[in-house]
Amino acid sequence: MTDNIKFVQGNEACVEGALYAGIDFYAGYPITPSTEVAELLSKRLPEKGGKFIQMEDEIASMCAIIGASLTGHKVMTATSGPGFSLKQEALGYACMAEIPCVIVNVQRGGPSTGNPTHVSQGDINQARWGTHGDHAIIALTASNHQDVFEVTVDAFNLAETYRTPVILLFDEVVGHMREKLVIPEKGEIPLVDRLRTSVRKGVDYHPYLPREDGRLPMSDFGGEHRYNVTGLFHDMWGFPSNNHQVVRELLHHLVDKIENNVHSITRYKEHYLEGAEYILISYGSSARSAIHMAKNRRERGEKVGVLELQSIWPFPEAMVREKCAGAKAVIVVEMNMGQVMKEVKACVDDSSKVFLANRIDNKLITPTNIKTLLRMIQGRGV
Amino acid sequence: MAIKDYIRQRYFPQMWCPGCGHGIILNALLRAVDEMGLDKNNIVMTSGIGCSARISGYVDFHSLHTLHGRALAFATGVKLSKPELTLLVPMGDGDALAIGGNHFIHAARRNIDMTAIVMNNRIYGMTGGQYSPLSGPGKKATTAPYTTIDNDFDVVKLSIAAGASFVARSTAYHVLECIDILKKAIEHKGFSVVEILSQCPTHYGRKNKEGDASQMLEFQKNTTAKLGSKALEQDPTLIPRGVFVDIDAPEYCQEYDRIVERAMKGSQNQIHKFDKTLRDEANQTCPKP
Ligand SMILES: Cc1ncc(C[n+]2csc(CCOP(=O)(O)OP(=O)(O)O)c2C)c(N)n1
Ligand code: SF4
Ligand SMILES: [Mg+2]
Repeated sequence: MTDNIKFVQGNEACVEGALYAGIDFYAGYPITPSTEVAELLSKRLPEKGGKFIQMEDEIASMCAIIGASLTGHKVMTATSGPGFSLKQEALGYACMAEIPCVIVNVQRGGPSTGNPTHVSQGDINQARWGTHGDHAIIALTASNHQDVFEVTVDAFNLAETYRTPVILLFDEVVGHMREKLVIPEKGEIPLVDRLRTSVRKGVDYHPYLPREDGRLPMSDFGGEHRYNVTGLFHDMWGFPSNNHQVVRELLHHLVDKIENNVHSITRYKEHYLEGAEYILISYGSSARSAIHMAKNRRERGEKVGVLELQSIWPFPEAMVREKCAGAKAVIVVEMNMGQVMKEVKACVDDSSKVFLANRIDNKLITPTNIKTLLRMIQGRGV
Repeated sequence: MAIKDYIRQRYFPQMWCPGCGHGIILNALLRAVDEMGLDKNNIVMTSGIGCSARISGYVDFHSLHTLHGRALAFATGVKLSKPELTLLVPMGDGDALAIGGNHFIHAARRNIDMTAIVMNNRIYGMTGGQYSPLSGPGKKATTAPYTTIDNDFDVVKLSIAAGASFVARSTAYHVLECIDILKKAIEHKGFSVVEILSQCPTHYGRKNKEGDASQMLEFQKNTTAKLGSKALEQDPTLIPRGVFVDIDAPEYCQEYDRIVERAMKGSQNQIHKFDKTLRDEANQTCPKP
């Protein structure tokens, strides 16, 4: 059978990944370059008995998916820059109330309305700190459609595992470009289903009392256990509390459940990294140019390799430090003013050997752009 | 059942000031639910942020205390994903019609089956007495030391224009009428709006010299009149109470179910078509023995 091989846009690969992961509810508001996600799901979701709704704005969309997650469904919304800004308050709510959900941000040029139809990777820090207050977040990304599919499935799995919103940071080039996608057979990629409580009817269920392994089994709205969900600091019953110990413990729980599991959340790929003297760190569409450049250099015998990040938050500090330990120089290739570069500088042994190869004019960075910088670092003529 | 069977006694005493109208509305709502004999497991209450919004913590339903203004958006996700649930959405006047105004008119436009209750005390109670879009002109508030110049919304007219299929108004003073109206609103299939005039003696009452809670309740009695009553006919400046709209109109979740039915049929047809093509091809390429 060949009907599982498709030629699709990245946004469609994301939709296929979401369907594979078992999405049953989507709420969104159209915005370039993410709109195809909504369009495709408006057709595909009802075909499997799922629900699609176009809300009045991105705030409402984010709120609606949280509501639908609480009835026991796998949920997603997709947007871009301005819409991602609008979602931030409710995204923080999902962190605080520990609601599994997936938020796709197909990045475009910003700030403000910026450049709707062109590429950028400027929302890296917004994904981390867009909502107010201390919190932890998971953000994944991908540079090709097979990986878009896989990290989308991953995003749903991580959302369920850690009871948290997971952000998918794609970009305009990946979202709109077309390439081959092979949809894996059912079961090929394991899926994480909602962890539901085994507490029976009539026995006290504590919705916010973590198990020994830190996980919090859920109970669907409409089920036997009636409990309170709030964005206020809350006790194990889900009821508002301003007890100092409750506040401190909850905040620690929210951050630790993710930061203490960086190793299991970390996703990355190595391209020609073996013995590399010059390491390019990149992600999303800019990684494609980095990989292309490294391949060409390797063919000419130069030791250049790429460390492609697929999880940006929590930042995989230990992994990056280890991989970069022996490099003569580390070049971060990205389409912003150095948002990931700052993270890399903060975690490698010698930050003076970290350089930035970027473009911020809403055009895809090219292999030549990267090579120009490499040559300067090497002290060789351009 | 007794009213205390519908509340979470663990969370009492409640946080409302003595004389606050919100407690009366909670009482009316629970009596309506009790008289209707609804199963608590089938009820979800979503609320936003405000003194009024704290109501969801006190009730023994599934409760979702959300963000300022967004209760209806959360409720839409709950309802559409599980239409068999009964959604109760109490909101403050600022919550429902300032920050949440857009969600309010769009939920009404969709005619999605839920009961929106506007607990209208004409002030921002929780943040300490700032004016709201329902204060109206000439009122005093902590942010209107020279009195307000903003016009107010008429919740009833706004809801009707936006497409709500059940629209009613009552007051905290008319608590028996409230119970009756709330029952009808919950029973109604579609988007129901019940505006209930409430009192905030702590802020609105003090600033506007309307007296204590009992005087404010008296005010609700004296400034309103039943729809179709003689009093209203004689004095059209009175605020009308009663059910203004109660119509049958296509409900959002039911309409969506029909979309699902059509889509599922469509995808089945495609699968059949695909199977047939395969069969035809097989027939062509494999000569039968
Ligand atoms: C986004 C946001 N803006 C502002 C606030 C602050 N705030 C909390 S409650 C409230 C107004 C409450 O007034 P109302 O909705 O009328 O409810 P009441 O307290 O009068 O019952 C405001 C402005 C908030 N919590 N969130
Ligand atoms: S401040 Fe006003 S609205 Fe809030 S509890 Fe007190 S009386 Fe009620
Ligand atoms: Mg108010």
